[in-house]
Amino acid sequence: MAKRVEAVNDFVIKFANVNGSGSASANELFARSILRMGVPVAPRNIFPSNIQGLPTWYEVRVTETGYQGRRGGVDLMVAMNPQTWDADVKEIDEGGYLFYDNTKPLPKSKFRPDINVIGMPLTEICNSTYTDPRQRQLFKNIIYVGALSALMEIDPNEIERLFSEQYKGKEALLQSNVKALRLGRDYAQQHLGGPIGLKVRRADNVGHKIFIDGNSAAALGALYGGATVCAWYPITPSSSLAEAFIKYCQKYRVDPATGKSKFAIVQAEDELASIGMVIGAGWNGARAFTATSGPGISLMTEFIGLAYFAEIPAVIVDVQRGGPSTGMPTRTQQSDITACAYASHGDTKHVLLFPEDPTECFEFTAKAFDLAERLQTPIFMMTDLDIGMNTRLCAPFEWDDKATYDRGKIMTAEMLEAGRDFGRYLDVDGDGIPFRTYPGTHPDRGGYFTRGTTKNRYAGYSETGPDYIDNVQRLLRKFETAKKLVPAPLLYPAERPARFGAIFFGSTSPAMQEALHVLADRGIHVNALRVRAFPFQDEINDFVASHPWVFVIEQNRDAQLKSLLVNEAKVNPSRLLSVLHYDGTPITARFIVEQISQHAAARTVVPLKKVVS
Amino acid sequence: MTYLAKPKLHHPDLPKNAVGFTRRDYEGRISTLCAGCGHDSISAAIIQACWESDIEPHRVAKLSGIGCSSKTPDYFLGNSHGFNSVHGRMPSVATGANLANRDLLYLGVSGDGDSASIGIGQFAHCMRRGVNMVYIVENNGVYGLTKGQFSATADKGSKSKRGIANSDEPIDMVGLAMQLGASFVARSFSGDKNQLVPLVKAAIEHRGAAFIDVVSPCVAFNNHSGSTKSYDYVREHNAAVNRLDFITGREEITADYEPGTVTIVTQHDGSKLRLRKLAHDYDATDRIKVMNLLQQSAAAGEVMTGLLYVDAESSDLHEHLNTIETPLNRLGERELCPGSVALEKINAALR
Repeated sequence: MAKRVEAVNDFVIKFANVNGSGSASANELFARSILRMGVPVAPRNIFPSNIQGLPTWYEVRVTETGYQGRRGGVDLMVAMNPQTWDADVKEIDEGGYLFYDNTKPLPKSKFRPDINVIGMPLTEICNSTYTDPRQRQLFKNIIYVGALSALMEIDPNEIERLFSEQYKGKEALLQSNVKALRLGRDYAQQHLGGPIGLKVRRADNVGHKIFIDGNSAAALGALYGGATVCAWYPITPSSSLAEAFIKYCQKYRVDPATGKSKFAIVQAEDELASIGMVIGAGWNGARAFTATSGPGISLMTEFIGLAYFAEIPAVIVDVQRGGPSTGMPTRTQQSDITACAYASHGDTKHVLLFPEDPTECFEFTAKAFDLAERLQTPIFMMTDLDIGMNTRLCAPFEWDDKATYDRGKIMTAEMLEAGRDFGRYLDVDGDGIPFRTYPGTHPDRGGYFTRGTTKNRYAGYSETGPDYIDNVQRLLRKFETAKKLVPAPLLYPAERPARFGAIFFGSTSPAMQEALHVLADRGIHVNALRVRAFPFQDEINDFVASHPWVFVIEQNRDAQLKSLLVNEAKVNPSRLLSVLHYDGTPITARFIVEQISQHAAARTVVPLKKVVS
Repeated sequence: MTYLAKPKLHHPDLPKNAVGFTRRDYEGRISTLCAGCGHDSISAAIIQACWESDIEPHRVAKLSGIGCSSKTPDYFLGNSHGFNSVHGRMPSVATGANLANRDLLYLGVSGDGDSASIGIGQFAHCMRRGVNMVYIVENNGVYGLTKGQFSATADKGSKSKRGIANSDEPIDMVGLAMQLGASFVARSFSGDKNQLVPLVKAAIEHRGAAFIDVVSPCVAFNNHSGSTKSYDYVREHNAAVNRLDFITGREEITADYEPGTVTIVTQHDGSKLRLRKLAHDYDATDRIKVMNLLQQSAAAGEVMTGLLYVDAESSDLHEHLNTIETPLNRLGERELCPGSVALEKINAALR
């Protein structure tokens, strides 16, 4: 008899399904029902680059403490895909549970003695209940949700309430789903021998938090941030961002009087065209953005250099995935940092923002438009598949109605008429940012020729060295100005004096927060700093300087943020220790804890430098 | 080119157009192109057309890619905003600019290298989207700035200055534009101002993608015998199908024409295009016939010029997207941001 994992509100359940079988909505229903019981969940899609037929998984971490990172390990596997059976069974933790369809008997060798096996004849139940093959498939998913709810003591009323919200006004659908759910519950209660050791108990830990994916949140940020032009080209994992923007615009941006759209969205022919349209619109005074992923960034780089050098606002959301080349298109990484920071030929550098979750996707995307227009340059929102395509429990969105859009330094017809000196590339107040005019402003003043070639302060064509240097030095001053405008890093101080520092960013955040707690419990105290933007502020240098060792945790092979820190913030590289996770799965607290613990153990002695100084 | 600066003074009695500008107000900087370059004649035609059409110069946005032709927007409409963008990518920049502010006139100037070689994709999609703009290709079949390489419009068998024959099939920009759904397609010759100026004026009035392919000989690299884009060759093989004499704004203009030789095309806004036919039975509104004739004349070695096709019922990208009349770049938080109350509702739906 295998031992039984016993856990309340703290376990991991993984659904192994076939892509295109309708499992996604059933699995999300399962996750939401737990949320409705006041227990936080952190779900993750693990899906292939495929439409139908390949394996797909949905992993739900039930976490009363609210940790949103991936935990690692599996306590209950819902094994619905024969294709991946062996690997799925192998992944279950000792004492864990295997839930499967036992309509067809499997040989004993297909199981493990150290896990608890629950078989339910799902296919048989469906075949005897439904005649339509599609229904047999779809309701199988709901039936197993029903069975699981009984086995884990999830309140069925919460699931039925979710049905009634989802199928409002669609009575037939509502009834058939409720029927399937009850079918599963009844069977489990009568035949599966009572609840298992994994239980969901009502709690009050969800509060006002919201449950949304980062791509939708970023789209909402663009809506609130005043984006009117969106040009995009479909690419996983960013497509759902543009599609969410379309949906929100149709709801909130159609003029009620005329039925006309206060937005223009173009699905371009490629990423070159999408960034070209964004730059054309930005040049002409509209707030414009594109959403893409690594390969799209590669294609856009020539244009990005033009926007940097000609000083045109643009917002680029990079939902990062595994590279290089087609890489791992449906897996996550933070591996476009270098590519975006220095996108294009010649000397360029760009402003990057690193949101940690959907809440910051909303906030930073909205802010990106202010930054782009204030700084007159491309702004990169560096999110990734883990944030973008997974529903995350996060703080609700907030908006200050008194806030106005910062349109930056615009010289108006009135200012020109009053005789203000207009030099398109003239730094009038030392911040490196010149004034610009919108095309069509004034009959004979303020017109200029925009080009990617060198120019003087008055936008006149010039290939002379001094004009070039004057211009590119001003661009550096502008980049300094950006430091004051981008989100500052956030410090998470250890509760006890700490020898170690840790720098992390973006989607690593939830796993990192959890790791810090676990490490502290083990007596390893770490001060942590979450970098939220590039260019790096001085606090980052100070942080590194005040610790003998600083871990830099990233989800890429080449320690790209570390390189950028050394290169741009001029921090001492010998103090930096990389913790790198890049297999395409989201980083876990377990991984971070293990890596930091090993490094810490190897550095229990006080460094020589400290002793002598 | 000349190094002499253009005098800024001009005669106080220079004639002004209906919006109060002299022709000089439509000029730009001195051209840096070679003396005799066809492109400079096209710039002059643009200046003439804009002045005659009473366009306020600053309400024009000039866009271009990279190359000799793409440099020319600096040489006309000096008070307009111009954007010399990336090689072959003018159409996307023009599309975005047009989406941001539908009230300006968008004038894209490109070359055969820019639009038929590196930028053929963007050219194609700009045409099929119906971006409301004038799109002029200054077509000389050769790369000038990089010193004489063939472009994708060079005719098969035509010889470079060094005597090398081009073995690739040429791309016919006019045929392509027809195929892709451009609603105004014309071809002209830089040396024929009388034909070109009215064509530019008509293109300005047109709603949608108005494409003009202008054969514009390169005096430095493609004006020798053996070239099919030389002054001599085009003059000898030019087959004009019609002469566009008038584009009226809103009022009827009467003129003496022999009955049966004039076609009047009434556009969506009521403006009328008067086409004096040169080729018998040429119907510029019949897309399929035009496409057939284009093939036939190309096979006969002719350069068919004139207003080749016009769709009187044309529409543009803004119409397709159903965008609001107010230019998008004039909308602020009040029109765009749904506010905190709506956001609270959104939050509630996500719980």
